[in-house]
Amino acid sequence: MIYQGKQKIWSDYQKEIPDNHWFYVRSCIRQSFFPASEGHFVKIVRDLLGKDLYETPHHTTCGGIAYHSDTIPQETAMTIVARQFSLMKEAGYKNLVTSCITSFGNYTEILETWREFPELETRIREHLWKACRREFDKPEYVAHASDVVYKLRNEIAEKAKFRLVNHETGEPLRIVEHIGCHYSKMFPHKGVGGAEYPCVLSGMVESWGGKVIDYPERRHCCGFGFRQYLVKANRGYSVSNTHKKFESMEPFHPDLIITNCPGCPYFLDRWQYVISEQTGKTYGQNGHGIPALTYEELAGLVLGYDPWDLGLQIHQVGPEPLLDKMGIAYDPARKYLGLDEKDIMKPGLPTVLKCY
Amino acid sequence: MDFGFSLSPSSAIDLDKVDLSLYRRLEQTVPDIRSCIACGSCSATCMAADYSGMSVRKLILNLQRGADVKKMLSCCMLCGKCTMVCPRGINTRKLILDVCRYYSDNKL
Repeated sequence: MIYQGKQKIWSDYQKEIPDNHWFYVRSCIRQSFFPASEGHFVKIVRDLLGKDLYETPHHTTCGGIAYHSDTIPQETAMTIVARQFSLMKEAGYKNLVTSCITSFGNYTEILETWREFPELETRIREHLWKACRREFDKPEYVAHASDVVYKLRNEIAEKAKFRLVNHETGEPLRIVEHIGCHYSKMFPHKGVGGAEYPCVLSGMVESWGGKVIDYPERRHCCGFGFRQYLVKANRGYSVSNTHKKFESMEPFHPDLIITNCPGCPYFLDRWQYVISEQTGKTYGQNGHGIPALTYEELAGLVLGYDPWDLGLQIHQVGPEPLLDKMGIAYDPARKYLGLDEKDIMKPGLPTVLKCY
Repeated sequence: MDFGFSLSPSSAIDLDKVDLSLYRRLEQTVPDIRSCIACGSCSATCMAADYSGMSVRKLILNLQRGADVKKMLSCCMLCGKCTMVCPRGINTRKLILDVCRYYSDNKL
């Protein structure tokens, strides 16, 4: 194919991301899984890069988990989402940024449904008015927070104190990027790079000096999948998916996994412990696991924030081998101290997976 | 440690590791096997398909993956309808007989 033709096709896979004035909605589960990620996103975007990012304490869940678990109908999720839109209207914003991939998928699915079935939107407007006397405008733009970091990746790279490079050898770190399924598999044109070539995370990695690994199961689901995790007896399906991915990436010796979904880093992190206990196998170097971080945590590390302030001690797989490779100094004595220097208690050690 | 759930066995097939000797032999004796487009006409017309799971399309796919097809073959009645409807003119009856001969020669 001629070069211009390729460029034309690739341009169809891009999306315009507004570079300022966002209404930010947080995730239900990310603050317990990765307690400092969202806080650091706000710190980086608003405080460090000086962008206009607004959030309100009045916003609630988007209903995505309940909707995907079949406990509420879509109309209920739509009314919840309509209320978030009304909060955005009140605050005077038009660009919605979601922290969670499921929320991003949920908002996008609802807006696309309303576009196809306008009578449903009218009904939801009535529901919202009857429920809480609110009115809403649809957002002009819905982005995921990783889109915003992708947009700002070069500004972050300019302010970076560390690069994704092994400071001893000078070699770029080998990084696995994992995109949440609800980012672009549902509506390919809503994600940077579409469903086939999503580059929202690989773009960040390359800007910050790392090398992206392409491996056979790169686009396979992490295994979260709601219904296959929420029922304990079904969790074998979930862990089997993750196992398949790890078996596939193992020959490429990744130093790090970066993800943009609430579920993916959680499962790619915690299941390493479960797999090690069930099979005796670990996937990192010298009996360690492969650290699985969120893009905010990685941006925080690159910008020189303290790893323990970023909440990396909450991960099952210890981040220390990665910090050593990047040449980031850390104080082991502070690892299990909270922000207020209060002891958050050291967890028990796994029998197989090596941790510091 | 018992978590109350466990890993499911993988259904992945590593084509570098499976034994493709039967498929390679069939490529010699029934070269048309390579022209199968997996349209499923053979399976649609098969009298045994509804009751036994016999399917020449599936048979060829399994042969290409080095899987065992003995159980499926045991359901074939050699009526030859699949040969008559094949749009690529593959002699499926000969294919089935050759596979049976292979199993018989190798005492499998």
